[in-house]
Amino acid sequence: MSVLFDGYPRGQAAYDEMIGPDGVRAELASVAAELDDLGIEEVRARAEYLRSVYIDQGVTFDIGGEERPFPLDIVPRVMQAAEFAHIEEGSRQRVRAMEAFLSDIYSEGRCFAEGVVPRHVVATSPHFHRVMAGITMPNGVRVHVAGIDLIRGDDGVYRVLEDNVRCPSGVSYVMTNRRAINSALPEVAGKHRIQPVEDYPSQLLKALRAAAPSGVADPTVVVLTPGVYNSAYFEHALLARMMGVELVEGRDLVAHGGHVSLRTTRGLRPVHVIYRRIDDDFLDPAVFRADSLLGCAGLLNAARAGNVTLANAVGNGVADDKLVYTYMPDLIRFYLGEDPILASVDTWRLEEKEAREEVLDRLDELVVKPVDGSGGKGIVIGPRANAETLEKLRRQILRDARGWIAQPVVQLSTVPTMIDGQLKPRHVDLRPFVVNAGAEGMYVLPGGLTRVALPEGELIVNSSQGGGSKDTWVLTETRPTVNVRRPAEARPPSVPLSEQIVDRVIRHQHEQQQQSQAAVAAQGGERSC
Amino acid sequence: MLSRIAEALFWIGRYVERAEDTCRIVEVHLHQGLDDPTLDANGAARDLLLLMGQRAVEQPDVLHQFCYDERSPISFLNALGSARESARRARETVSTEVWESINTTWLAVRGGRLQRMRPASMFKVIRERCAVIAGLADNTMSHDEGWLFLTLGRSIERLDMTSRLLSTPSLAGNSPRAWDHVLSGCGAHHAFVQRYGALASERDAAEFLILDRLFPRSLIYTLGTATQALTQLGPSNLRIRPDDPAARLLGAARASLEYLPPDEIQVDLPAEMAKLQVVCSQATKSISARYFEGSAAAEWVGGLW
Repeated sequence: MSVLFDGYPRGQAAYDEMIGPDGVRAELASVAAELDDLGIEEVRARAEYLRSVYIDQGVTFDIGGEERPFPLDIVPRVMQAAEFAHIEEGSRQRVRAMEAFLSDIYSEGRCFAEGVVPRHVVATSPHFHRVMAGITMPNGVRVHVAGIDLIRGDDGVYRVLEDNVRCPSGVSYVMTNRRAINSALPEVAGKHRIQPVEDYPSQLLKALRAAAPSGVADPTVVVLTPGVYNSAYFEHALLARMMGVELVEGRDLVAHGGHVSLRTTRGLRPVHVIYRRIDDDFLDPAVFRADSLLGCAGLLNAARAGNVTLANAVGNGVADDKLVYTYMPDLIRFYLGEDPILASVDTWRLEEKEAREEVLDRLDELVVKPVDGSGGKGIVIGPRANAETLEKLRRQILRDARGWIAQPVVQLSTVPTMIDGQLKPRHVDLRPFVVNAGAEGMYVLPGGLTRVALPEGELIVNSSQGGGSKDTWVLTETRPTVNVRRPAEARPPSVPLSEQIVDRVIRHQHEQQQQSQAAVAAQGGERSC
Repeated sequence: MLSRIAEALFWIGRYVERAEDTCRIVEVHLHQGLDDPTLDANGAARDLLLLMGQRAVEQPDVLHQFCYDERSPISFLNALGSARESARRARETVSTEVWESINTTWLAVRGGRLQRMRPASMFKVIRERCAVIAGLADNTMSHDEGWLFLTLGRSIERLDMTSRLLSTPSLAGNSPRAWDHVLSGCGAHHAFVQRYGALASERDAAEFLILDRLFPRSLIYTLGTATQALTQLGPSNLRIRPDDPAARLLGAARASLEYLPPDEIQVDLPAEMAKLQVVCSQATKSISARYFEGSAAAEWVGGLW
């Protein structure tokens, strides 16, 4: 055991990704050893360096209108290739099932007819939008980007906590984290074969272009942001920049005659694919919230007319409704005829009478979550809540049973994290990102975003709750392949640097002086013999 | 290019240049005060405020209003903050290096950090940081439409601020020392002495700063840069005259300076310079009408279907 991990608790209740009950896990020994070689002082200094580069680069997350640097921890979270291959397969499977489900509920509704999901579960979801009924997407894709939240319990098994198929965010930090860690820990990163994450922007652009309305040879893709005050503005700007497309706000768009255009310095320019990072409700004041100025009036009309593609599709929120989550294993079996690859967390549907009664009896030992909440809002962790909170929750559940689900408290796994100059276990989750290009295939970003809850024992891991992140390494046996964009060029001819004549003259004089000195010394030497 | 982004780039150019030039103007003001003990310090500070288009107050605090006060519209702290805000809005368009240098500059000067430096080193830091930002913009951004808007903004701001700087010697009785300070303020002292020799008069100094075709901060040179950027931005009518109002305004200003009789250069210089400031503001208006107003705030009147 190393100095760095001295005093690090072992064999605690939660599963630790790096330190098992008998010390460092064998497959992570080399990473731990490399870190240990640096010594605690050096690791602290590197952590400080990470903080300063993120401030300089403005890698931030807005909380309540205030820009804060997004904390990146110095110790990476490390996974083996086989471990991730399982997650990758499971994530693809879920996305395939969700695609089938969304396409079904907005058309035939087979899942209702066959009794897999009760119709009212979908119809009462606040994210079910009737305006989307009967619309087929150009390449059949509704979930262009998905983020699947995974947690690892004390048994070491990965379980899906929730699906995000509206505007999953965080992928920008995966890319900036990798760059920052590479520059902060070159010795450690250089000794391992880590699967690259740099392909993400090109894969995303490929998927977005593939989703363009038919008949458009060279589609114009844009990223639509609510603006600089949105918490994920940094991400929107980074994705637009890395894909080389425009980042637009609602006021930059004009919808007219079923088409959407950009206001440019040279007049209007048509747009074909909008990777929107605005929630459905704010997207089009003509259809949704009339008081919103974030979107663009007429956008949905243009999408219905098939002249512009919105990615992700409007109405996707039904698939990440936490109540629909409870049906996901059944939906996978129904649509794909396969068994779910990734496990789920046991969940009670509170609208079912028996479940509700059981949960109400055990409120103080369960986690209760609102079905359409995000960012950790409204979650009540039973064992930590006081009587007053639980009473309020009880009344809320009785009033609106559809609005809540309950789950057992899962001890999230931990990873060593630098806290006040010492490594301490902190809870983490994992969000792998899936990009769906339809017929051109599905890409799963190797690793994903590891979020870490910085307060001790905190189980809600969320950036809006002041969480941090870790670089996530997927180690591979074989040499990772990176997309080569250009063929290798011939070796450049070797031409010496040109220099000013005067340099040569001066050097010549120096040489002469040295020579004459050497000659004098040599003569002197001879004489003394 | 998006109208909104073009506008942001134009203003990054302006604000960074404004920060640098404000810093130069304050430096000149402080040196002039040191040189002439008979000068009424309060009066000179009030004149300076008027020159920047501000209402004069009884006891102006130059360092506070021009440097440290983030809320003062004429402070370079304010200009740097605004540049950073514009850059944040155009973050996917400006190069990462430009964004990072604007961001670190802003972080290095905000929150009372300026007050902790000696004024002389503060001015040096600001001037150099602005030069770094400008240099990175020129060397890491494609010289396409976006860069042209940045250059246009920078040139118009430089014209405006240099014209104000050229008015300051008249506040100090047009003494040769006052002109020396203005030359240094424009970073032109060395270039001027090389060109005219050490015996040159103050009229020569004015002539150099207004009319030298090779010095990059002279009015003529800057007018040329602005006009060139405008020409590249919008193809205009080459047969009769440019059809862009901003190009016409700048061209006319350039001609009236260029063909000024040599003896009249110093006659009523402040009035001449004030005219130029009006040209700058009119040109800005017509540029935004032509290129930026496509992104005027969206208005949606109506309810649900």
